[in-house]
Amino acid sequence: MGITEIAFYILAAIGVISALVTVTARHPIYSILGLVTCFFSISGHYILMNAQFLGLVNIIVYAGAIIVLFLFVVMMMNLGEIQETSKNLIWKIMAALAAGCLMLVLVAALKVSDNLVSAQPDNNIGLVETLGNVLLHEYLVPFIMTSILLNAAMIGAVLLSNKENKLQNI
Amino acid sequence: MNIEIISGVSVQAYIWLSLILFAIGVFGVLSRKNAIVIFMSVELMLNAANLLLVAFSKMYADTSAQVFVMFTMAVAAAEVAVGLAILVLMYRNTKTVNIDVLSKIKG
Repeated sequence: MGITEIAFYILAAIGVISALVTVTARHPIYSILGLVTCFFSISGHYILMNAQFLGLVNIIVYAGAIIVLFLFVVMMMNLGEIQETSKNLIWKIMAALAAGCLMLVLVAALKVSDNLVSAQPDNNIGLVETLGNVLLHEYLVPFIMTSILLNAAMIGAVLLSNKENKLQNI
Repeated sequence: MNIEIISGVSVQAYIWLSLILFAIGVFGVLSRKNAIVIFMSVELMLNAANLLLVAFSKMYADTSAQVFVMFTMAVAAAEVAVGLAILVLMYRNTKTVNIDVLSKIKG
């Protein structure tokens, strides 16, 4: 068993356990902590696959921006546990059944799919230089569209979080 | 048939990991009442899909998938900004983020 294999299984175990903590924790703060652990383990997977750029961007965007946004909102609302209804257990069992069925369908679809053929391995595809070349040559227009999308999202968020009376004036 | 994408680990292992993470995300969306936790489960599903894209990009030695993952991250950031603004608005009006309360707004 090589070092990468051991690292893969450790990271996978951390990711799955923290994902389970995210969806089952009673208090939203614990959910957020589970989610940030899961994101870090996924970043570890990216770095394991030599996708260094995506590993770093994943940490910066998800752990740095999105998680802080979640944490900020939860702390601002000062939420405790939400009173869950008495039908909670049946609801959870049904949800687990539905998620299990979805996974079963996906696995079955994979089983009947054609055999996978791999290309020549290339260790340079995840590096910043390669990705930057592709991003700024082939995908230049989508890249600029992304900036417009982020700008629109920012304006929308500011507009939505305004006080209601100001919103009516616009 | 196992194809190793990094030494000792086949692409099938990454497919299984992504499927498990995605199913956990679906379970979270269906079982929770807290809108913020539902939102976090959606993020989990997005990340599972990203992980699978990167694994296949490594397998086919294709850079386009990784560029696509970057675009997905940008869309996720935009989605979180707008979604959390909507949640803050909902909290301001109803003083809760329980999604059962939202059944009142049906037309």
